[in-house]
Parts: sequence; structure tokens; C-alpha cells
Amino acid sequence: MPALMLAASILAGFGAAGAAPAFVRRFGPRAAAWIALVPAALALYYLSLARSGPAGPRVLPWAPSLGLNLSFTADGLGLLFALIVSGVGAVVAVYSSGYFGGDARLGRFYGWLLVFMAAMLGVVLSDNLLLLYIFWEITSVSSYILIGFDHEEARSRAAALQALVVTVAGGLCLLGGVVLLGIAGGSFEISTLIARREAIQAEPVFVPALVLVLLGAFTKSAQFPFHFWLPSAMAAPAPVSAYLHSAAMVKAGIYLLLRLHPLLGGNAVWTWVAGGAGLVTLLLGAFLALGQTDLKRLLAYSTVSALGMMTLLIGLGTPASLGAAVVFVTAHALYKGALFLSAGSVDHGAGTRDVRVLGGLGAPMPRTALGAGAAALSMAGVLPLLGAIGKEMAYEAGLQHGPGVAAAVVAGGLGFFFVAAVAGYGPFRGGTPAAAHEAPPRMWAGVWALAGCGLLLGLWPGAAAGLLGAAAAAAGAPGMELKLWHGFGPAFGLSLATLAAGAGLYALRARVREWVARMTWRRGPEAAYEALLGATLAAAGGLTRGLQSGRLRNYLVIIVLTLVGLAATPLLLFQGVHWPDIDYDLRFGEIGIAAVILLSAGLAVRSRSLLGAVAAMGAAGYAVATIYLRYGAPDLAMTQFLIESLTVLLFVLAFYRLPNFPRLSSRRARGRDAVVALLGGGLVTALVLVATGMQLHHPISDYYVQTAVGEAHGRNIVNVILVDFRGLDTLGEATVLGIAAIGVLALIKLKRKGP
Amino acid sequence: MTSLILRVAVRVLMPLLLMFSIFLLVRGHNLPGGGFSGGLVAASAWALFAIVYGAAAARRALRVDPLDLIAAGLGTILVSGAVGLFAGRPFLTGRWGALDLGGYGVWPVGTPLLFDFGVYLSVIGVVLTIIFVLEEE
Repeated sequence: MPALMLAASILAGFGAAGAAPAFVRRFGPRAAAWIALVPAALALYYLSLARSGPAGPRVLPWAPSLGLNLSFTADGLGLLFALIVSGVGAVVAVYSSGYFGGDARLGRFYGWLLVFMAAMLGVVLSDNLLLLYIFWEITSVSSYILIGFDHEEARSRAAALQALVVTVAGGLCLLGGVVLLGIAGGSFEISTLIARREAIQAEPVFVPALVLVLLGAFTKSAQFPFHFWLPSAMAAPAPVSAYLHSAAMVKAGIYLLLRLHPLLGGNAVWTWVAGGAGLVTLLLGAFLALGQTDLKRLLAYSTVSALGMMTLLIGLGTPASLGAAVVFVTAHALYKGALFLSAGSVDHGAGTRDVRVLGGLGAPMPRTALGAGAAALSMAGVLPLLGAIGKEMAYEAGLQHGPGVAAAVVAGGLGFFFVAAVAGYGPFRGGTPAAAHEAPPRMWAGVWALAGCGLLLGLWPGAAAGLLGAAAAAAGAPGMELKLWHGFGPAFGLSLATLAAGAGLYALRARVREWVARMTWRRGPEAAYEALLGATLAAAGGLTRGLQSGRLRNYLVIIVLTLVGLAATPLLLFQGVHWPDIDYDLRFGEIGIAAVILLSAGLAVRSRSLLGAVAAMGAAGYAVATIYLRYGAPDLAMTQFLIESLTVLLFVLAFYRLPNFPRLSSRRARGRDAVVALLGGGLVTALVLVATGMQLHHPISDYYVQTAVGEAHGRNIVNVILVDFRGLDTLGEATVLGIAAIGVLALIKLKRKGP
Repeated sequence: MTSLILRVAVRVLMPLLLMFSIFLLVRGHNLPGGGFSGGLVAASAWALFAIVYGAAAARRALRVDPLDLIAAGLGTILVSGAVGLFAGRPFLTGRWGALDLGGYGVWPVGTPLLFDFGVYLSVIGVVLTIIFVLEEE
């Protein structure tokens, strides 16, 4: 039952998230590190699955009529990402207990961290696109809360909101794309869709669906022009950055691209859009990283660049480039996670993140320095670390494609070397020890664990070859080879050149920074985001102020005019109002009732006293109820009588203490009100005429008459409809009534407390 | 407001109106009536009481907060709907059984009556919430 077990593993993550706050409250923040056992156990489980071979998709119906199934699959690609998510999650969970110290908010933090982890596992293990989308949005929401964890700072809140708006806007695009794919392919199961790939790619909706899915992936994985939210998100605590912004969340888009490449790839749109966005992001991220002075923002821009590299490689879509993307994803998660964690330790120990000031931390923080150094070597692409393998494979894939792409990839590699040197070497070098203290073991151990994995997998690639090969195969590149030494070829030459050029660039780092700062545009896509957000808020504010004037009469006018506008326009355009051909058998009684109604309506309008007007309206209502009675609807009539009585009562209670009509409104305002009232009344009359003259279907009342006794055991058809046939409507109506009553209560009570 | 005639009349009318409202509720499935109109009648009775004796006295006599009645009513509706779920049918599917009253015959009972009772309670709750708060104003 691997599918059930997979579902249970995700559920276990959510369950642990729910239990985490209580656990921290009960056992204290020091014990919080034990929570890491949950992701660690999950990682072991996924590891065992990876060794036992892939488990095909299993479908548990959830809402099958919508095509939404709880179907999970554990192939190489899903398991690779699941391992990264749970493994890095375990490391981050241990690290956080040291990073936050005795912070009282630790329980909440762990709760959301685990929600995020579980949702991320859901994304990478779902075989159903709708299910994937649900998990995808949970990652957006939980990351919003994690980025804005220091919610008392305006900067954190703004960054969190920015990340949320950008990723959720992309999420909506993704949903659109998913629905289009589901329509085109007749299923939401990824495995089924991939099997129908040819037919889907021939559909006219394919290109819109592809572009929408790509937009979803681009926003999540911070591709140009949506890259700006990632550096802003550095307002988050360091463990969050290490987890969400290097290993997990930003990889969701990359995962989606890899997962859907067999379905959507292999055409010009894919190559140009994904490859183009990746190329621009790779170069832009690398360039902007050169100018950063804040350690975390530096790493963030280099992450943007790395994500661009992955998107570019996936966009190229050759077996070599897909394999390189898979290896690079793994290497990046390990070294970038370690570097973010070490940045947090440096900030913790030295009290600053400014790379121009940092230095000499090697002596006071030897263990952090060792871990960060190993991670930086992997990032720089130095043998024998996993990063070197990934880089070499990327170079080879670039060279296969042509000199332009190769140059871009090498430029990206150069940027990685520079960032690695600034982040992993710069803060620790120098003879004079700075005043700082070493981080506690639970913090440097995390850096060591991630960096150590990078070293081990580099030295012994065979350990991961099976899983990485299976992952590449799932993305459409079977037969990938993973080896440390690729021989003396052009890629190796480029690699050496990168190291040399990178070292030179690092030596000139002060000038490079100045140069980049001078070249950087002040107005990027972020300014467009700000302008759009500002305009939206201004428009919403204006609309709200216009509609919510706080005056009941204005509300009435707006409601009636909106109704008339919406209902009358199609009525006049498409339907036309005719007097229906009905044989009017008017008797004296009906004429009398009509006279009473008209008279009461006239009285209600003309009356000088509020209570008189209310009474006249009640009389009109009673007369209408009498009509029901005459036409054989005693139920309706009885209810109408009761309602009219209660309405009059309510009005009397409300108006009792008010003075008689003083004519406060001007003649013009009253004229306007009369027009609005006549329009509203006219609309209802027209609707009644149209409804009477129109017969689209057989009346449903026959059905009710036939089945009321037999199926619902009732002879009062009205009541049977209310409580049985259309019980859901009644439930809704009763709920609305309850909410209205609470609204009235709130209005009156609030007014009492008001100024 | 507090004429003696009205005070005495309300004392006599209240039980009659409340019994009438139950009568309407129970017969509703086969004859004119039902939870909605029954609830309106009961609410009118309480409204009358509130007008004559004041909202505070009415609240005391009613014993439960009208807001709780709304909640109880909606809860009853949900429970009656959930019965269908337990029988493996969709939510709100009516379920029927027979109640054997010995000498008084066999009476069909079903979840729709429970549903209607929920409507009855919510209607009373809604109307009285509004009337009481207006009366206290």
C-alpha cells in the first residue's frame, strides 16, 4: 500500500505541525529540536522507498466528479525532492531551536515550518494536478506567514505580502493552466496526461495552458520578471531563508517544470519561453549578486541566478541538460542551504551581515567556518564536491547547445564562484580574530550536515546515481550518467577558466560592487509591482468610499439601480417585454383587492406619519396575501400574513421613537428617489410578465406532485419542497437569516457604544 | 403600552399561540403549516409578550438567548442532514422510519420533521434577536 503510506507520510507532517506548539509549550524551547525527528523519520522513509524502487501512482478517489483524486506517486523525481524537503527540513528544525534560543514564538514557528514541509511533500508526491495545486497554494500561504514571522516589523510584513501576491497570482495562472490541461487531456492525473501527450499538444488550448503553467512556475521559482520577491523575502529569519528560499519553496517551480517536461516540453514555445526566462534570470541574478553587500541578499540574488540556470537547463530540454538540472538542483539545495544557515550563524555571532565589515571570524567560529567553507567550495564548483559535478554537466549541456548558451552558463558559474567566495570565505578569512562567538552545536551541526552531504555525494556519486538517474528519467532524460571525473574536455577547460576568472573577480570585489551599483537601474519590475499594488489599493479605496457612504438611503439607491441595470439590460436587449396572452377572468373580488393595494401604496407614499406609512404598507401586504388565498395557496398566504404582521411590528419598534416626517430632503432628492423606486417597481413588474409568458421547460411542479407522497411521505408539497427536495436551499436561507439577525444585533449594539 | 386588558389577554393568548405554533410545525408535512410559519407564530407570541411586559421580562421568561436558538436551529438542521450521511446516502437525504404507538397506530417519522424543527427554532431565534434588541433600544 505505498500510496496509502505516502498519503500518511504527508498527513504525519500536518499532524506534527498541529502538535508542535503544544509540544514546545509543554517541554520548552530547548526540547524543540526533538521535533526534527518527524522530518528525519520521513526522510528515512523516502530513502527506503528510493532504494526499493519506484511505486506507481495509486488513486484514492476524493471528489471524482471534479477529477480530484488523492493520487500519490513515488517515482525518482518525486522522491528526490521529497528527500531534499524532509532532509533539509530536519536540519533546519534542529538549527532553529538554536537560532531562536528561548524565543516564546518557537512553537508557532515550528507549526508553520512543518505545515510548509508537509505541503511541499504534497506538491512533489501528488500525481493529480488539482491536488498538486492545493498543496502548492498551502506552501504559498505558509511561506507568507514564515516570511512575515517578525510581523511587528513593517518591512517583514511588506516582504511577506509581496511574496504572497506574486506567488498567488502565479498560482492562479497555474490553476488556469491545469484546468485547460485537464480539459484537453480528459484527466487531471499527470501520468495519464503524459500518456496522451501527442493529442494534448495538438489541442488549440495547449499553448495558453503551457504559458499559464510556466507563469505559475516562474513566479514560484523567482524567474525574471518576478524575481524581485525573493531578495525582499530575506526579511525572514535565517532558517526560513535556508529552507524556503534555497531548498524547498523556490524549487517547487523547478519541480513542476521537471515533472511536466514530458507532457509540455519538446516544442518551440517551451524552449523559448522557459529557456529565455531562465537565461535572463541566470544572467540578471548573477549580475545583481555582484553588487550586494548584505550577506543574505547576496545569497538570495545568487539563488535567483541558480534558479535561472535550472530553468534554462530544463528549457533546453536535451537529455544532457535535464540530467544537469537534476544534479544541479540537488547540489544547490545542499550548498545554498548550508550557506544560508552559516549566514544566520554569522549574523548571530558577529552581529552584522555586511560583507564589507565581516572578516576574521575563522578563529572565533572555526566550526561554522569549516562547514561554510565546504559549502562554498561546492558552490564554486571545486572538485571533488557535488557542485562541481553539477556545474560540469551544465557546462557540457550548454556546449552541446551552442556557444551563446554556453557563454551564459559559464557567466553564471563565474557569478556562483564570486558569491561563494564572498559568503563562504570572506567572513572567515583574515588574521585578526573579530569579536564574535561560535554558534551552538545544533547550529553548526546543520551547516556540517548539508555541506557534508555535498562532499560525500561528490566523492561517491554512485550513492545517489540511482535516485538522480531515476529523477532525470522521470523528467524525460533516461540513461543519465553520474561521475565525478569527466575527463579533460572543453567543459573541464571552461571549469578551470571559471575558477581563475572568479578568483580575479573576487580580488577586485570592491570595485566590482561599485561598478554594479552604478549600473543597476533604479526602476525594475519591483517598481511596476509597487505601482500596480498602489493603484489597486487606491482604486479599491475609492470604490469603497463611493459605495460604502454609511447612509442607508445611498445604499438603497445603489442596490436598486445595480439590480435594475443588471437585470433590465439583458431583458431589453435579448428578451423584450410583452403582455402575455392570458385569459384574465377578473372578478369583483380581485378588482377590490387590487384597489386596496393601490390605495395602500398611495397612502404609504403620501403619509405624513411614519407609523401611518408602515400601517399602509402592512395593509398592502395583507391584500397581496389575500390574492394567494384566493388562488389556492393557503400555505403561502398564511406565511405572508405572519410576515406582514411581524414586519409592521418591527417597523413600529424601530420608528416608535422617531419624530414624524420632517421633510428633510429637497424636492430634487425626492424626485430622484421616486425615479429609483419606479425603476425598481417597473423591473419587478417586467420580470413577472416575462416569467409568466415564458415556458422553457415543463413545470417542475408536476414532478413534485407525483413524488411528494411516494418518496417524501408528505402531502403538503410546499413544505416537502422546503424540508426535503430543496433542503440545502432552506439550510442556506436559515443561515442567511441567522447572519442577518447577528448583523442587526451588531448594528444596534455598536451604535449604542459609539460616540 | 401596559393596558390591563392587554396584560391579561397576553397571559391567556401566549400558551394558545405557542401550542398553535407546535401544531403548525407538526402538521406541516401534510397540511398547511410547517416550521417556518410555526416559528413565525411562536415568535409573534413572544414579541407580543415583549411589547407588553418589556424585553427584559421576555428574555427572563424565554430562559435561552435567542442567539442560542439560532445556533440550536442550524445545528438541528445539520444533524438531520447528517443522518443521511450515516446511512451512506448524500447529505440531507431524508430518512424515514416507523414509530409504533401500540393502540394509536403506526406513525411514520423521518428526518424532515427534525429538519423542520430546526427551521422552527432558527426562525424564532432570528425574529426574537431582532425584536428584543429593538425593544430594548
